[in-house]
Amino acid sequence: MSQRTHWSEFFISAVIRVIGFSTIGFVGLIFFFLLQQGAPVLGEVPLNNFFGAQWYPTYNLYGILPLLLGSMMVTLAAIVLALPLGVATAVFVREIAPGWAREILKPLIEVLAGIPSVVLGFFGMTLLAPFVRETLHVPTGLTAFTGALLLAYMALPTIVSVAEDALDAVPKSYRDAALAMGATQWQTIWRVVVPAARSGILTAIMLGMGRAIGETMAVLMVTGNAARMPTTLNSLFLPARTMTATIAAEMGEVAQGSTHYHVLFAIGILLFVLTFFINLAAAPAIFEKRRRGGLR
Amino acid sequence: MEKISVQQLNFFYGAKQALSDISLDIEDRKITALIGPSGCGKSTFLRCLNRMNDTIPGTRVTGQILLDGENIYAPDTDVIGLRSRVGMVFQRPNPFPQSIFDNVAFGPRVLHTHRENGLAPVVEASLQQVGLWDEVKDILRQDALRLSLGQQQRLCIARAIAVKPEVILMDEPCSALDPIATLEVEELMRILRANFCIVIVTHNMQQAARVSDRTGFFWLGKLVETDATETMFTRPSNKLTEDYITGRAG
Repeated sequence: MSQRTHWSEFFISAVIRVIGFSTIGFVGLIFFFLLQQGAPVLGEVPLNNFFGAQWYPTYNLYGILPLLLGSMMVTLAAIVLALPLGVATAVFVREIAPGWAREILKPLIEVLAGIPSVVLGFFGMTLLAPFVRETLHVPTGLTAFTGALLLAYMALPTIVSVAEDALDAVPKSYRDAALAMGATQWQTIWRVVVPAARSGILTAIMLGMGRAIGETMAVLMVTGNAARMPTTLNSLFLPARTMTATIAAEMGEVAQGSTHYHVLFAIGILLFVLTFFINLAAAPAIFEKRRRGGLR
Repeated sequence: MEKISVQQLNFFYGAKQALSDISLDIEDRKITALIGPSGCGKSTFLRCLNRMNDTIPGTRVTGQILLDGENIYAPDTDVIGLRSRVGMVFQRPNPFPQSIFDNVAFGPRVLHTHRENGLAPVVEASLQQVGLWDEVKDILRQDALRLSLGQQQRLCIARAIAVKPEVILMDEPCSALDPIATLEVEELMRILRANFCIVIVTHNMQQAARVSDRTGFFWLGKLVETDATETMFTRPSNKLTEDYITGRAG
């Protein structure tokens, strides 16, 4: 009897261990595959071509700079738009809204995160793009800015949800102390609660950024996809092309094993590395939050 | 001369009555201790004195509390102004996760009593008053959470007195501290007594006997007896008080 329990214990824990490690293993395999498919670029495309300013694959010009800068421009603009909105929404949900409103708002915001990006892209194409064109008087509504607006909207649920958790983890004793000093509710939030939650809010920004930079479908549909170098501030209101959109748009038409094919994989590696570093930057904040949470 | 006069105070959490018909005069420049078993309403009563219970939804107050003759529960009361006059020190030291300097400067900053470049003297004076200055004067920019618990509690007291309140409420201020830190805080209370009206809630009867001038005994939401501390601990007039103080009840 006890022997049988022992063996089933051993069997179950072995299965769980194999499943757990295989998850890590698959991530490793994906990265290995990316490397294997992207690495030949090093021999096929000279570095000054690869990091050049012109992306014309049909003329063997594989300059990824416009794509990299396009991604960065759209992502940063999205975060600049989403950050104040997201933090303000989190503060409202956690600190100001009455209990019943919080019960409704919190799940509602999390549902927003589940809207398929193609649906948002559709919405962006038919409503947002014409709106941008008419209000900003630009030749086309399919611009980097339109993409940033849409990405900001997509990053919002992540930012709100994580920032709200961070605010929630701030001990009530801090709020009590501030209120008992004669601070107003606004002063309490702004001078005590938000600073105390800053590491969590930083995590929220990083996770939102990770979501924005990796997003493909929506930006593909609304940014106009012109691989031009964003040289002036004005470029924000002109078409742009991101790394993700490039891969998605061109991968289907490229000859397998060609230089173009390898370059697209190299872009994938670059994306992988970028998101990896963004998540890495968020990691210490996450750990610190856990530590603080434990001390409460 | 009474600083605070509580008249027929009732307090409710929803339908549950937590305080019944409390009347009590609290004198200025004296230490008033409130004792009683856990859950008897003494902390709730303390939080009525600066309207901190307002932050808990579903609470209700009847009766009145006069601070210098003015009812703090009058509809036109400025609660912010009230709390700047009636400071509070909590059970667990709760400095903000900010620098020592910023903790003490918090009150003057939010109440705009001083300009930014006039804060340093206020911070120094407040820390001097609680006897913490010599220990922290070289580390004012350090995170306050790195201080010991006893130091943190004295820092919280410094933070409270930096806005020059008239009354200081202390809710079991030593219950998280070791005996030495407790004695330091008690010593501090005796010094502060010269300038402030102090009300302390404590479950530690020796502490009440050591530091207070007057003592009130709470039992099941009622104020059973209040008297000079010496009288209270030697010749209590109520049988229940006597049983509690001698450890036969509670």
